[in-house]
Amino acid sequence: MAVAVVAMATQRNLFGVVVLFSIYSFLMATVLFALDAVDVAMTEAAVGAGVSTVLLLGALYLTGGTEAKPLHRPLIPLALAIAVGALLAYGMLGLPAFSDPEAPIHAHVAPRYLGEGLKETGVPNIVTAVLASYRGYDTLGETVVIFTGGAGVIALLRRRRRNGS
Amino acid sequence: MKDDIILRVIAKLVMPFMLLFALYVQFHGDLGPGGGFQAGVIAAAAIVFYAIIFGLPAGRKLAPEWLVEKILAVGVLLYAGVGIAGLFLGGTYLDYFVLDADPVHGQHRGIFWVEVGVALTVSGTMLKLFYMFAGRGRDGEEL
Repeated sequence: MAVAVVAMATQRNLFGVVVLFSIYSFLMATVLFALDAVDVAMTEAAVGAGVSTVLLLGALYLTGGTEAKPLHRPLIPLALAIAVGALLAYGMLGLPAFSDPEAPIHAHVAPRYLGEGLKETGVPNIVTAVLASYRGYDTLGETVVIFTGGAGVIALLRRRRRNGS
Repeated sequence: MKDDIILRVIAKLVMPFMLLFALYVQFHGDLGPGGGFQAGVIAAAAIVFYAIIFGLPAGRKLAPEWLVEKILAVGVLLYAGVGIAGLFLGGTYLDYFVLDADPVHGQHRGIFWVEVGVALTVSGTMLKLFYMFAGRGRDGEEL
């Protein structure tokens, strides 16, 4: 994955960048699968590697395939990125160890979901139970966000069409 | 890519399985991995795939744009409607326990319809995005 990222950053040919992006997404899906998050892995493979690659290729068809040369030397953005990265790495030191059962996230409502979920909802897949039932409001919000995004794109692109005709 | 016979034959062979897999992910989401979001994306990807191989007009024939726009909105309304159905049956908003005499069964029913709503909205949005991007610069409609 690191190789893919470095290649993406140095690549000038945008078609190559899109292909590398797709490869990166597939690798990410594999990592998520290895972490037993099959639901997320499926989403990553389908959205990140599949549909968004097609959309990016469609955008490339409209804009042309080579990246313009940067106007300034990217020193300040580079320094900023390194600083933020260092800050995040420092913050990660404070996190509990990976899969620590005493971590705060596992001590709040998660035991109840895991223990009572099957009895209360009758749904063996705990991800579905939490997503659609316990966190129903959040998922409703997400659906509305997707809808709003789609509606926004429609509104933006359709106005152009009317102007042209 | 319309003229490549290998792609055309393979696409025709694979398409039904992709759509079937989307349905499996949708309705088996209770038991195995998957759910509305994944199913919606897979279904949309199947149609995008078809449109890439056979050309955009063929894809538009398969899933007309007016239909795609409708299901985009219907999905959200379905989700919100499940919540309102809970209100009418004497519960709180998005309360599934009241949807059936048996609370567990009610949960099942609520989750099922909510997932259908999510799938419709997601696949509608994905397809509409694809149509809008792919359609620009053709049909003499650009700028």
